[in-house]
Amino acid sequence: MQKRNNILRNLDWAATILYVVLVLMGWLNIYAAVYSDEHRNILDFSQRYGKQLVWIFFAFIMAIVILFSNDRIYPAFAYIFYGIILITLISTLLFGRVVNASKSWIPIGSFGLQPAEFAKIATALALAKLMSSYGFKLSGFWSYVKVGIVIGLPVGIIILQNDTGSALVFGSLVLVLYREGLPAWILSYLAFLVLVFILTLVYSTSVVIAFIFAVAVILFILYTRQYRDAFRVSIGALGIGLLLYILSEFFQLKLSNGLIFLIPVLVAAILGLLYAYKNRLKPVYVISLFLIATLGFSMSADYVFERVLDVHHQKRINDLLGIENDPLGWGYNVNQSKIAIGSGGLWGKGYLLGTQTKYNFVPEQSTDFIFCTVGEEWGFMGSLIVVMLIALFLLRLLKIAERQTEHFARIYGYGVVSILFLHAAVNVGMTIGLVPVIGIPLPFFSYGGSSLWAFTILVFILLRFDVSRYGAY
Amino acid sequence: MVLRAESSRRVVVSVIILLVFAAIVGKLFYIQVIDSSYKFSAANNVLRYITQYPARGLIFDRHGVPLVSNKPIFDILMVKRQVKPFDTLEFATMLELTVDQVRSAFKQATKQKGYSPRKAVVLLKQISAENFARFQEVMYKYQGFEIQPRTVRSYNSPIAAHLLGYVGEVDERHIKNNPYYQQGDYIGISGIERSYEHVLRGKKGVKIFMVDVHNRIKGSYDQGKFDTMAVPGKNITTTIDANLQEYGERLMQNKIGSIVAIEPKTGEVLAMISSPTYDPNLLVGRQRAANFRALKQDSLKPIFNRSIMALYPPGSTFKVVNALIGLQEGVVTPETRYACHGGYTVGRGVACHSHPSPTNLIQSIQVSCNTYYCHVFRNIIDKKEFGSVENGFSAWKRHVESFGFGNKLNIDLPHELKGIVPSVSFYDKYYRKGGWSSLTIISLAIGQGELSVTPLQMANLAATIANKGYYIAPHVVKSIEGDTINSVFREKHITSIDSKYFDYIIEGMDLAVNGDPGSGSTARIAALPDIRICGKTGTAQNPHGKDHSVFFAFAPKDDPKIAISVYVENAGFGATWAAPIASLMIEKYLKNTISKPWLEKYIMDANLLDRRAKAK
Repeated sequence: MQKRNNILRNLDWAATILYVVLVLMGWLNIYAAVYSDEHRNILDFSQRYGKQLVWIFFAFIMAIVILFSNDRIYPAFAYIFYGIILITLISTLLFGRVVNASKSWIPIGSFGLQPAEFAKIATALALAKLMSSYGFKLSGFWSYVKVGIVIGLPVGIIILQNDTGSALVFGSLVLVLYREGLPAWILSYLAFLVLVFILTLVYSTSVVIAFIFAVAVILFILYTRQYRDAFRVSIGALGIGLLLYILSEFFQLKLSNGLIFLIPVLVAAILGLLYAYKNRLKPVYVISLFLIATLGFSMSADYVFERVLDVHHQKRINDLLGIENDPLGWGYNVNQSKIAIGSGGLWGKGYLLGTQTKYNFVPEQSTDFIFCTVGEEWGFMGSLIVVMLIALFLLRLLKIAERQTEHFARIYGYGVVSILFLHAAVNVGMTIGLVPVIGIPLPFFSYGGSSLWAFTILVFILLRFDVSRYGAY
Repeated sequence: MVLRAESSRRVVVSVIILLVFAAIVGKLFYIQVIDSSYKFSAANNVLRYITQYPARGLIFDRHGVPLVSNKPIFDILMVKRQVKPFDTLEFATMLELTVDQVRSAFKQATKQKGYSPRKAVVLLKQISAENFARFQEVMYKYQGFEIQPRTVRSYNSPIAAHLLGYVGEVDERHIKNNPYYQQGDYIGISGIERSYEHVLRGKKGVKIFMVDVHNRIKGSYDQGKFDTMAVPGKNITTTIDANLQEYGERLMQNKIGSIVAIEPKTGEVLAMISSPTYDPNLLVGRQRAANFRALKQDSLKPIFNRSIMALYPPGSTFKVVNALIGLQEGVVTPETRYACHGGYTVGRGVACHSHPSPTNLIQSIQVSCNTYYCHVFRNIIDKKEFGSVENGFSAWKRHVESFGFGNKLNIDLPHELKGIVPSVSFYDKYYRKGGWSSLTIISLAIGQGELSVTPLQMANLAATIANKGYYIAPHVVKSIEGDTINSVFREKHITSIDSKYFDYIIEGMDLAVNGDPGSGSTARIAALPDIRICGKTGTAQNPHGKDHSVFFAFAPKDDPKIAISVYVENAGFGATWAAPIASLMIEKYLKNTISKPWLEKYIMDANLLDRRAKAK
């Protein structure tokens, strides 16, 4: 009795209520998304909303079971969960069912489970276990290797399952690393690389090289305040570039524009490197390395884009960046999704009165594109409320994670927040054309047992730790 | 220090989360509140407008006999995406088509403008009710087809084709000029169908449905709040006497020409026959285009409405106009006599046939003396008070035009021609200024030369004389259901001739028909035992061969009920063909019996088409 009372008293009710509200809103929207006159009954279990109610019921039971479980089992069995999940992922890869070109389902009777959803939990737990282990510090080569292996193993298998979307989710764990000491410049540099990647796809190589060089020069000025040197380097590079251009024209060398830009910048970087090494100037050294690394990345970005990514990923990215426009082909989903959300207006069309989702103009309207129903029927005000509730929920979880005294619990909590954040941002972002189409569910809203259960378990393990933050029960 | 660094990292993570969500909210605000284009796209996606076609108004004759009614037909539409493979042969046989026709219809349907495999497009047009009934029974077997009920015209008896006109699909030009019309709509193309299009067409309605992504109808939009009903076209009662029209068409069979009959007091057109004619049913339904092409290629021009579009010389009938102008100008009196010995000998001269001589004005009309009118015409043009031949001619022209010649009478039918009354400048150009005189243009005295009139204008002249000096613009529509006809069809057009002078002309026209034998009356063949017809023959010389036979008349003399003009092309003397036809028409209209069945038979059996061939 004592224990139960303590659990209920110490449970974070704000987070719990937000969770319940989000789940119920999701259910109402699934009903609206697939509503038809023939099946009006919201308890019709042949329909998705009826089934989702069953999933919700089991999710609540799972939540309660977790709350009353012993919180020691999670750190204790973290690696074992992780191992089991890896084996499951591999066997899915070998024996699973193919849905939407991804081999990521385990059929159980008439239903299917997506182990990738649960891999997120296991990975968050394993990462927490690793990073909270005695003496672990996120510095030095081997610590990064270990972290890389823990995250990389499931990602690798999931990519082999052809489920790039789910694999991408693990990238969000970089926020966990950041919180635990990953240098800020790495986070910034990663963001910068994303920018360079996008620029490479949109603009020509020469423009991108010029951009990278300009950023390097600015960094140089910021660190050293050597305006004169910065000017000399720039003029020097420009001079070499012009010389190359004249030579190329004069001798009919047919050098490409990219090469004419690349060579002077590379020369500047290598000279900078030698100069810094000789004079022991660390900033110049770092900036020169930055320049070379980024150049290398941008040179390979096109290659990665064309050789590594699937055609449909390329198309989705091109569509988003406005490079290709094909509203009836590759752009159909996003175009229809934007039409559904955009037509909602300020106040929406009213519950169950949406036409674009109900009449199937929006594909996957109860799973990946569930937010269209919110946007269409509840309008901007409704969308704003939903987005705000999700943000509030994330910030609340962040607060909970931060107040954990135990390392394991805090690291795990950041994992929970990162995973949910990436899901929500990418999912809503893709429905309104901010992010390329990536098939990952909107937490608590999208139809489907696997994802709902996975998110519930993910959240409630954290809440369970939170209950016992002042001592074990 | 470490703690502070860590808590600042928590802030950084929070800020990242909030920034990303702010970007999402910003984009949401943009597409939901600022950019309205998505609302249009959504409507385009989901709303399907189905046109409700109204039935065209019916057309009746003056006694309420239906001339034009509607019959149901069906357009078959298809949604290409939903069409499943089917038995083309069975499909074709049911609709009485060949397999090739069905295949080419499919090909064409997918080529039309705005085609989409998700939208319903017209596959086959105007399937008859019988064929459709057969198709409907098995329609469940053919997926992806829809039915659009329409109506097309149906004619109880094949008369008055030119007058009624025909209906066809609207062309690009109309669609561009008038937003009411859309591709596939019907529009009146000629005749009453055209001139009363806005009355007959009614108003299209629209039903708005919501469809899903497969274009399946899911229900009406907003409980049908924005639906509109089709308003049927208004019915029209024409001035035509169906009985008389039909009789006239029979009299004119195997002849080329025209009959126009008008009720003088009202300007109502009782019959308007253009021969050869065609069966209006030919221009309805799926064979319309082929039939139209055949009619268009016919050398006798059956589609051409001669009553208002053919230009003929008036011939001797025009003498009455010159007589009236002469009286009005005071250059001739009823007692004025001119001798005639086979013609007018001044200048190039004008020949005349043998008749008692000399004649006074009334007798000159009775015997149709050419010489007399050469004198009268020159008296008018060369009248001293005018001072010059140009002034004299202009005065004459003004008088002529007051009868409605040289201008459109503005009948309520399309394509009416205005005829030709030459002008001073025309002759100045033709001969040179000052190079012509009354003698140069003497042909005008006897209705030849540069004059051209339509049969309608001739009938209108008969009506004007019957009314002793005025006419009401001829028109073919008597009343419109729930509407009024144009008030111009009640206005009197008064000629420049005093009413009193018409009595002499009427006497002359009476004598021309009812004069004693041997007195030289030209149209005794038209006389009827108990109806006093006043008429005047004409024999119009023309460059196309044998003279046109012309006659115009009104009856009864004391209370005129019908004014008529008859042209029979290349048929010879007015008295031989035109006069008996007019006489039969008058008797048919006033008595509804025929006192000279032999004459009727003689006319109906006559085939004058070969004369034209010989003349060539």
